[in-house]
Amino acid sequence: MKTFIDHATASTVFNKDEAHVNWHDETLWFVRSKRDKAVFQIPEWEQLREAGSQIKNHVLSNMHDYLVAFEKKATENGITIHWAADAKEHNEIVYKIIADTAPQPPEGELKSDSKTPPLGVGGLRMVKSKSMLTEECHLNEFLKEKGVEVIDSDLGERIVQMREEPPSHIVLPAIHLKKSDVGETFHKHLGTEKGATDPQYLTEAARQHLRDTFLTRKVALTGVNFAIAETGGFVVCTNEGNADMGVHLADVHIACMGFEKIIPKVEHLGVFLRLLARSATGQPITTFSSHFHKPREGQKMHIVIVDNGRTKQLGRPDFRNSLKCIRCAACLNTCPVYRRSGGHSYHTAIAGPIGSILAPNLDMAQNADLPFASTLCGSCSNVCPVKIDIHDQLYKWRQVLVQEGHVPTVKKLGIQSMASVLSSPIFYRTAGKLGRFLMKNTPFVTNNNLNVWYQQRDMPDVPKESFREWFIREKGKK
Amino acid sequence: MKVALFVPCYIDQFYPNVAIATLELLEKLGCEVVYPLNQTCCGQPMANSGFEHLSKDCDNNFVDNFKGFDYIVSPSGSCTLHIKQHLHGADNQASTHIRQHIYELSEFLTDVLKVEKLEAKFPHRVGLHQSCHGQRGLKLAQMSELVAEPFSKTERLLNMVEGLSIVTLDRKDECCGFGGTFCVLEEAISVKMGKDRITDHTKHEAEFIVGSDVSCLMHMEGIMKRQGSSMKVKHIAEILNSPLTPRGGI
Ligand code: SF4
Repeated sequence: MKTFIDHATASTVFNKDEAHVNWHDETLWFVRSKRDKAVFQIPEWEQLREAGSQIKNHVLSNMHDYLVAFEKKATENGITIHWAADAKEHNEIVYKIIADTAPQPPEGELKSDSKTPPLGVGGLRMVKSKSMLTEECHLNEFLKEKGVEVIDSDLGERIVQMREEPPSHIVLPAIHLKKSDVGETFHKHLGTEKGATDPQYLTEAARQHLRDTFLTRKVALTGVNFAIAETGGFVVCTNEGNADMGVHLADVHIACMGFEKIIPKVEHLGVFLRLLARSATGQPITTFSSHFHKPREGQKMHIVIVDNGRTKQLGRPDFRNSLKCIRCAACLNTCPVYRRSGGHSYHTAIAGPIGSILAPNLDMAQNADLPFASTLCGSCSNVCPVKIDIHDQLYKWRQVLVQEGHVPTVKKLGIQSMASVLSSPIFYRTAGKLGRFLMKNTPFVTNNNLNVWYQQRDMPDVPKESFREWFIREKGKK
Repeated sequence: MKVALFVPCYIDQFYPNVAIATLELLEKLGCEVVYPLNQTCCGQPMANSGFEHLSKDCDNNFVDNFKGFDYIVSPSGSCTLHIKQHLHGADNQASTHIRQHIYELSEFLTDVLKVEKLEAKFPHRVGLHQSCHGQRGLKLAQMSELVAEPFSKTERLLNMVEGLSIVTLDRKDECCGFGGTFCVLEEAISVKMGKDRITDHTKHEAEFIVGSDVSCLMHMEGIMKRQGSSMKVKHIAEILNSPLTPRGGI
């Protein structure tokens, strides 16, 4: 288990390098601006969002039927469907498929005494394109312990994988890194020249390395962007074509999806494919939208459908529609807090506003800080292509977390005394007067390091009287 | 027209001039303004921290003070939004009436009083910080994320002020990072957001940051003072109420 650092503390560390924070903020703002340009070219954009939202709402209310229909069609097409109740089951299913595919039973070669077996022995190898679900399930760690060598084929994911870091953004996994960081990583792992920062040169090195991977792996795993109940097929969207490269050259294709990825009909892709890429990067459509329907001759195709807390979230009336999410990351790019705190400060597979409303469902104690990592400015809800009321859900999670006892006692006491002051007019006036008196006459009480406000901000000037006092003096005369 | 004035707690205590300007402005525009003396707070600080359940007494006190008025007006978008969305006092009927009849100042001037011109002068370059709760919550202005025609109630009013010019910011509706208790719970991010918001204004040579929420202005003012910036903050009420012939400097 990693040690847990809360969002505020991690953000403070991230903000030590202000120049880098500025770069991070401006880069993501640039993506947000590209999104704005793209959507403003579509006069019916708001109707399109409404359509996307309604289709997803409908799916959430008929989840059972659509999943059963999807399973039936996909099975008819020759795809094997697996159901996983949680992350562990998902990981075990994937491992079993890899082990069954491996040319020799791995046991024979696993004589080593060390606890962790060497990776890739006995053909236990897999190439994987982007899938946030497998991040959520910590599949890579699980497979590593089992001796499976996994290579992430999305460039950004490959970079963070080499660095043994989680992705910091659901669409741009290595956005927290500088060019020089990437150069250093490639120098260490791919033998590029020391100090190299030229993107062209570094990308070429990664390309060569991945090409070899694509040619030699027998098992390829992809995510799923949309699974279509009507046809039993699914669509994977990438910009690098890495998902296709992986599966076209492999004997086995495993596709992993959270059950909420389902949409009723093919025609609905006409809504979602338009929404997704514009919201994500400002492109009209992703470079590759690959449609899969059945295994090709001699290939096996598996789909793992995962619950992992989704049923529970579906059962929470205030939070169920977070399952409409299509993982476009628009809410991350627009979030002024995300842009300045970096994805890792959210200590959860999915960072940013959407992550903060999903994570408490899985573990309230561990993620109690996240719904507070927001000013509730509301920009996330406005960019969301499927109209999730993200900032309202952040507010509602705060209420739930407090009620369930997940907020530190100190804060609770402070708020309780604030509540009693503010609900009693006389108490309030005395406290206000006292506060202003202290600020004016003993500034050290408020202007010290214990006062968090004061560390980088001055206190307001203290007026000699409150408005109420002025009012009584001025208007009371009449 | 009988209007009750709701002065949020931090304005009452720290920025009485904003409340005075609001009162004078409303009176100038022909309203009969009542200031209920036992008002305290809208309950937002508790609720936004997850303690909505502790704001019951606060809600009841609010209802006691503000029931029975045609309109309630407040110089704060954030507090107004909170009342609109979350006021649930024991007296249900009165609570509902209040929720439906509370207005933020520029909203009230635009939609109820239908102000078309103002006798005010403020010969300065200003940047408009349209606070999030007013903008995205109360819809005082078109939001940059949505595909729709631009409008801004606040800007329209400011444009009636003689001599005033509004600078164009790089990010027209970026949050300033105040966020209630966020400003201390997430101090590092809050301050960084504030600094960036201020930089957008200095970059475009604004003399004032103007807004309809004192909480945001207080936060940015605190940072500006620490930086030794010459830029100042002003609440829209102070500008809309600024006389044609100055009473002696600003
Ligand atoms: S919540 Fe909405 S904006 Fe955020 S990633 Fe999901 S679909 Fe995109």
